[in-house]
Amino acid sequence: MDKFSTLISSAIPMPVENVDTDQIIPARFLKSTNREGFGENLFRDWRFQKDGSINEDFILNDPKFTGSILVAGDNFGCGSSREHAAWAIHDYGFKVVVSSFFADIFKGNALNNGVLPIQVTPEYLKELFDAIQNDPNTKIEVNLESQTITILSTNSSATFEINSYKKTCLTNGYDDIDFLVSNLSDIKEFENLKV
Amino acid sequence: MKKTLFDKVWDAHVVKEIKDGPQILYIDKHLIHEVTSPQAFAELEQRGISIFRPDQIVATADHNTPTIDQHLPVKDELSRNQLEQLTKNCKKNGITLYGLGHKYNGIVHVMAPELGITQPGMTMVCGDSHTSTHGAFGTIAFGIGTSQVAQVFASQCLLLQKPKSLRVNVNGTLKSGVLPKDVILYIISKLGTNAGTGYFCEYAGNVFEEMSMEGRMTVCNMSIEMGARGGMIAPDETTFNYIKGREFAPKDTNFDKKVAYWKTLPTDDGAVFDKEYHFDAEDIEPMITYGTNPGMGIKISENIPVQENASFAKSLAYMNFEKGQSLIDQKINYVFIGSCTNSRIEDFRVAANYIKGKQKAENVTAWFVPGSQQVAQQIEDEGLNDVFEAAGFKLRQPGCSACLAMNDDKIPEGEYCVSTSNRNFEGRQGQGARTILASPLVAAATAIEGKIIDITKQLN
Repeated sequence: MDKFSTLISSAIPMPVENVDTDQIIPARFLKSTNREGFGENLFRDWRFQKDGSINEDFILNDPKFTGSILVAGDNFGCGSSREHAAWAIHDYGFKVVVSSFFADIFKGNALNNGVLPIQVTPEYLKELFDAIQNDPNTKIEVNLESQTITILSTNSSATFEINSYKKTCLTNGYDDIDFLVSNLSDIKEFENLKV
Repeated sequence: MKKTLFDKVWDAHVVKEIKDGPQILYIDKHLIHEVTSPQAFAELEQRGISIFRPDQIVATADHNTPTIDQHLPVKDELSRNQLEQLTKNCKKNGITLYGLGHKYNGIVHVMAPELGITQPGMTMVCGDSHTSTHGAFGTIAFGIGTSQVAQVFASQCLLLQKPKSLRVNVNGTLKSGVLPKDVILYIISKLGTNAGTGYFCEYAGNVFEEMSMEGRMTVCNMSIEMGARGGMIAPDETTFNYIKGREFAPKDTNFDKKVAYWKTLPTDDGAVFDKEYHFDAEDIEPMITYGTNPGMGIKISENIPVQENASFAKSLAYMNFEKGQSLIDQKINYVFIGSCTNSRIEDFRVAANYIKGKQKAENVTAWFVPGSQQVAQQIEDEGLNDVFEAAGFKLRQPGCSACLAMNDDKIPEGEYCVSTSNRNFEGRQGQGARTILASPLVAAATAIEGKIIDITKQLN
């Protein structure tokens, strides 16, 4: 898994609420048996017209907006448990997703793939949208160590929550498998007691 | 300390607590299917880790399978490859697979309960968000991502923070024609799609106590649609009678011993929940959805609400509906009865009971897809199939089908589908398809009339 410490980047604003995992990656693209290549179909039915041509109106196709931070509306990632959604976001090049609320499973999946979900207040989310709309090149700094996000042009900052275990994982690029496997003797003991 | 049903099951499965971090939770049963498992198998293989407890894993093929001609090779190359990969992975690792054509094959959340794999007090996971279904048995069951599938493969455990507790109480007498699907659609329409995020939900009250296991599964199935990772209902005599005698249920004295334990699981009187809601059964009517998330539901006789916000407008534009509009008499060309929400025998009994002696509307294409081979067999044995055929309907073979349209069962662009499934997201049933969620009764009535009717008028 990629390590994460700090990131300074411009951001892409997507002020749509309840973005579900079927929009992030439609089910018809879940037929692959590996993890790569899902970025191509990220937000497929919003990014492209039915004939395969580009939908100029969709924010990801607007050359004004670039960067590895996605700023999205409330309740991002609701719906299915498909980790393909997190893979698609990661594969497309996003390292951070900011919203005022995340669905549980998506949040966990993102963290397991080195993508940092940052939950901010609705007020700060609005500030972010406004700052990016005013200046698409505005830079946003994310600091995992201090758990802060800052709009550099205005110096407006907010803190975010992350549990300390996940923070350590993300900082060092560890995932849960190593940790669980290192606990197998306790797990076996638990099994013996349970029977 | 007074404990909830959820506390009792959760606490009995904590292997270890990490200071300032998550807990290691032991998983009793792991269900897998073709779509969310291949990358997890590959991950373990790449790291040289073997599957820790293969006999606690059960596999089925459901998401990506055709619902006709299942005896023939699957036409779509990618789907076929995914199914073959599952067969290979299961064989290699000694995992039981009920593949296509097997008499136990079916949608993972239909086949596991009907085989007696799902039991009260267990922890169960699957790489599918509707794993919440199994909570109907007083089981902690929830959907996981593929990285977590790999974690359970490697250790039979997950690292988790204990969720908060939520209880939804529904008491009173349900009106005639109000089905479990209407109850859960009503709850979600009141609470919204994220009221349950971060919580595990218990459903309590006489309405759930009086429900069949099939009905309870329908309710728990949609817990995730209000954001809750899982939903649970306390096990009782209805639960025990359902499990007794099933293929993998405990037998004889073992069964009695288990029942004695299961009886200790219900929430203690006086246990406190982090959040609690109360609804009156009398307020619930047959429901339909009008928008692009399951919280956008109304009583079938109501008009679409009037709201001024961009996401609401975007949703109605996609559905091609106007705010304030009624959906009665809306022409419907597609009807789907199926999915892990409503594809059990009771759902087809409801449909057959309504359809008997009537004829399918000419404009309607209807897909009736049983949840499992066993359900299909029961439909045949009970003579329901004769009812469907006499009315012009043809039963398909089991699978997830048009719920997520990974196979060929796709609703064409722009068309409306009255569907007994669980999600009305944009494009869920096919690119540009417009989904209206409803109960099997409302779906059956739509298939006969070719339009949405006010079913309450027929009921009263």
